[in-house]
Amino acid sequence: MRDALNLRGNQALLTRANPLVKFVSVFLISLVLALSIDWVSASTALVAELALFPLAGLTLGLLWQRAWPLIIAAAIGGWSTAIVAADSGAVLLDVGLWSISEGSLQLGLGFMLRGLAIALPAILLMTCTDPTDLADALAQKARLPHRFVLGSLAAMRLVGLMAEEWQTIGMARRARGVGSQGSPLQRLKATLGQSFGLLVQAVRRASRLAITMEARGFGGAQRTWARESTYSLLDVWVLLGGLVIAAAAVLTAVGAGTWSFVWR
Amino acid sequence: MPATQSSNHVRPAAITAQGWGWRHAGRSTPAIQDLDLRIEPGERVLLLGPSGAGKSTLLHALAGVLGDEEDDSDETGSLLIDGVAPREQRGRAGLMQQDPETQVVLSRVGDDVAFGAENLAVPRDEIWARVHEALDDVGLRTAAGGGLALDHPTAALSGGQKQRLALAGILAMRPGLILLDEPTANLDPVGVLEVRDAVERCLDKTGATLVVVEHRVSVWKDLVDRIVVLQPPSAGGGVLLDGPPDQVLTEARTMLMAAGVWVPGYVPATRARRTTTQETGGHESTAQFLLVAQDLAVSREKPRRRRFKTIPPVPVQSGISAQVRAGQALTITGPNGAGKSTFALTLAGLLAPVDGKVSAAVELSEGAGIDPFKWKADQLISRIGTVFQEPEHQFVTGKVLDELMFGPKHLGHGEERVDELVERLRLTHLVDANPYTLSGGEKRRLSVATVLAAHPKVLVLDEPTFGQDANTWAELASFLSELLDAGTAVVSVTHDEEFSAVLGGTELRLDPATPRVPDSQSESARQEAGAA
Repeated sequence: MRDALNLRGNQALLTRANPLVKFVSVFLISLVLALSIDWVSASTALVAELALFPLAGLTLGLLWQRAWPLIIAAAIGGWSTAIVAADSGAVLLDVGLWSISEGSLQLGLGFMLRGLAIALPAILLMTCTDPTDLADALAQKARLPHRFVLGSLAAMRLVGLMAEEWQTIGMARRARGVGSQGSPLQRLKATLGQSFGLLVQAVRRASRLAITMEARGFGGAQRTWARESTYSLLDVWVLLGGLVIAAAAVLTAVGAGTWSFVWR
Repeated sequence: MPATQSSNHVRPAAITAQGWGWRHAGRSTPAIQDLDLRIEPGERVLLLGPSGAGKSTLLHALAGVLGDEEDDSDETGSLLIDGVAPREQRGRAGLMQQDPETQVVLSRVGDDVAFGAENLAVPRDEIWARVHEALDDVGLRTAAGGGLALDHPTAALSGGQKQRLALAGILAMRPGLILLDEPTANLDPVGVLEVRDAVERCLDKTGATLVVVEHRVSVWKDLVDRIVVLQPPSAGGGVLLDGPPDQVLTEARTMLMAAGVWVPGYVPATRARRTTTQETGGHESTAQFLLVAQDLAVSREKPRRRRFKTIPPVPVQSGISAQVRAGQALTITGPNGAGKSTFALTLAGLLAPVDGKVSAAVELSEGAGIDPFKWKADQLISRIGTVFQEPEHQFVTGKVLDELMFGPKHLGHGEERVDELVERLRLTHLVDANPYTLSGGEKRRLSVATVLAAHPKVLVLDEPTFGQDANTWAELASFLSELLDAGTAVVSVTHDEEFSAVLGGTELRLDPATPRVPDSQSESARQEAGAA
């Protein structure tokens, strides 16, 4: 079983690019898409992103497995926008209170595509980037404080442990007679109690981990890096790619006359 | 690999304590006081003493991780490594703690070993030379040790492997002092030996000074050349006894046994079972069936749904059949990863079986239905009680007495039984305390008492003796033997042979299921199997 966050076995080209550069490219695309609410820019970016799948080692199956809640949320968001948005243009469907017109359908479609187009780059980044390498790049290249970056990285490892612990605590509490049955209020109480138990364990684990890190000399001013975060020619292409996708999204939308700033 | 360099030389550390003491922030009494101790470079010391003697506090202080200027903790006297305060020389000492999960910092094996050396600003080439060497030294790269690659995920390691990884991370810092705080308390017997042998190999090679705290003396006795017994501050503090292992163990045997230390060759006296297995073996029919597992497959994972189909999880163990009878013990043994706890939790109605079934006899179910997993929580606790490995997982209130009354209150009966349990398990002086603040042994006793307060007919325990001192051990074993004679069925998951010997009954041994062959190889594997 391969850990979801572990990249062993992913040989795709983009795994070799510098995480910071990938991060900047993703940020560029998301930023541009956040500026407009039309469907042309979103679908241009989406098509380009889909084309990048093989380069990041991502498949549609893997995408669904990791991001199905996002995909469903985008679909629901788009659908409800189409239903409730003010009608404009020809009415396509009219069921009493709800109606779908050309204008509202376009708006809904734009909403859905945009949601996907903004989420996808982040999923691409996660697929082809090891969190440790990202931390290395953020600390060495972006010069973020290493205490903060490495502290977050170590804490992230505990999150997986906490998921297991949640299940165990749930069983342990059922063995004490705290059930998941009963009224909503009782259930809420049970969940709160379980969360408290988890919190206690999380604090214990975190303080022990902090001692481990401190005992290994963590927290000093000077530190070397076993893994050097480097740039290569590939990173130029990654940055260019990000710029091109962002620019293409804007230009096609402006060309098609659909570009509209969110604040207008 | 680059040849070893001159910087590989480890300079063993000397420890001097003069009238040293420490009071933790927020406590009124010191954790340790009036300590005078000198440990020479290269010495190997086992630190013993009753709980509350300040052993962990001393190790933390030596590791330089104890308190800081801003809190109101209080230090007296001096504690120095090579004449310098530990906090001012990071990396001079390396510390390993008890919980393997929190000894791992990063998610890849190589990175984790490199972490300490990075923090000490060791040059990059040198770091990797040290990483390779340290992994070899702790035996994680031999085929038997797992043959781990540098990018092997740390999450996939066993407890013993995690502790050896932590040791490698410590070695990569080239410390002159290695500090081990109950390093094997959470491990199975195989893991204990792995860690012990790795420590010995590394000490032989580097000559570093060792201070180890551990209840199980026999594990470390032949490795150390000195035993120091600390006295709790309440008894005056300081060093009680100090000398070669054999001498100290002979002189202080009775005292150490009274303090709950596992002196070699000592099995604490326990209450004998009135009816042994041999006696009942001839006429088993007298003992009532309470629970039966038939051809059970178990897993902690839930079934997944995909494309309108339900995919059952891969069971960690399958084909298990077992019977639980009133007044009889069932002991589940086997190596780590064999699914012992998972099976016990399934039997206890806390996990749904992947395949097969668990059925409760009418005597147990009393109208609640045949499948324990479908019982409501309060139906479950009055029938099957489960004591988890970590007592804190089961605490649901903020006071020991409330904790004990919790079950009876929900059930509406049995509150009168609590007094008896409190007295029997020596919790009387603690009834107003917060459960989270108790000592390890007290927490264990409380967790057993809370589950028994609901008066279950079947008691399931997961590794009840892990990390317990000899006194708690003996109390627990005696108490369970009483329960068994009174007709309760006791199911325990344990590595502890002496413990199962006290309880008697039958043993169910589980061995790890044959590992699944990865998909890419299954074809050739199948062919090989066909050819054979």
